[in-house]
Amino acid sequence: MSAPLSADLAQIGKSVVIKGELSGSEDLYVDGQVEGSISLKSHSLTVGPNGQVKASVEAKGVVVQGKLEGNVQASDRVELRKSAVVTGDISTQRIAIEEGAYLKGKVDISGKAEKAAGK
Amino acid sequence: MATVAQNFMKLFRGSSSGSQAETPQVSQKLTRRSSGLGELARLWESETPLCVLDLGSTSPTNITFFTGRTHKIYSEDLLVASTEPHLVIKDEQGNVTLDSRKFLADNLLYPAAHFDVVLCWNLADYLDESLVRPVMGRLWSVLKPGGMLLAFFHTKDAGPDSPCYRFHIIGKDTLEMQKIVMRREARRGPTGAIHTAIIDGFRLQRVFNNRHIETLFRDFASIKFFLARDNVREVLVVR
Repeated sequence: MSAPLSADLAQIGKSVVIKGELSGSEDLYVDGQVEGSISLKSHSLTVGPNGQVKASVEAKGVVVQGKLEGNVQASDRVELRKSAVVTGDISTQRIAIEEGAYLKGKVDISGKAEKAAGK
Repeated sequence: MATVAQNFMKLFRGSSSGSQAETPQVSQKLTRRSSGLGELARLWESETPLCVLDLGSTSPTNITFFTGRTHKIYSEDLLVASTEPHLVIKDEQGNVTLDSRKFLADNLLYPAAHFDVVLCWNLADYLDESLVRPVMGRLWSVLKPGGMLLAFFHTKDAGPDSPCYRFHIIGKDTLEMQKIVMRREARRGPTGAIHTAIIDGFRLQRVFNNRHIETLFRDFASIKFFLARDNVREVLVVR
């Protein structure tokens, strides 16, 4: 699946490697390697199919198609697509997990939750 | 050295470089009534939030089931974790075995007395011999006093090719069983020829008798057996 085209979307391509603290005020698409922390409080993170993220994540929404190792705090929603491999704890209001996704960790639905059904 | 994640991807989806994997067959789903699950249902139908550990394959159904009832659910697929290549060692007699210390250094890392319920499903029947007792010992320690563990065991009528299932909770005492299917992986080799390999699911390692099961759970305070018509023994133990 190719990266979505959007003027308000920052993209990290699959050859890019970043180590450190990432923060921003726009949506972020990661198809490369990120190690450290990612903070996008009111925006969304998408880990693309080639993405390898080893970081704590704080965002409004998180979509994972690749690999994510670290705890996830999403104020709105987390989606694990069928190719997702996630190791870490997830805290969010809603979660959708496709058949085939791999998760090693905790799922904690908090707040005024609408519990999304797994796909 | 391959990671657990890479092994998992190979097992269920094939490697991501230089290979073409056929789409896995959709496995037929069966339903079965579970007396053990029915006993546990009294716990999660109460208003007290629980901490639950699911040791089967990641199940969106189970995660939705528990989070919809305000419980916390932990998911950890120990069977896949046991396929990690770096666990393979040789014992003093030179026999190939798995390093249980490394396995427990990487898995089941939880505080003591953390869980109200542990869902073992058929783990003990399919897990490598070297890991069974250490894993049960660790599960005892992470269960709260009074916490309960549910496990399924084949009876003596099960053959070595008994399929390994995933379990999804779909009702108060009803499970949906989904067979872990074999997949055929097509891979293009260095000469361009296409090689095919059949990747097996998990094989039944042993059949426990009642005495073996009692010994396995000897550190637990109580044990209850339920014998089902499909030749499965359900065991509910209390720490």
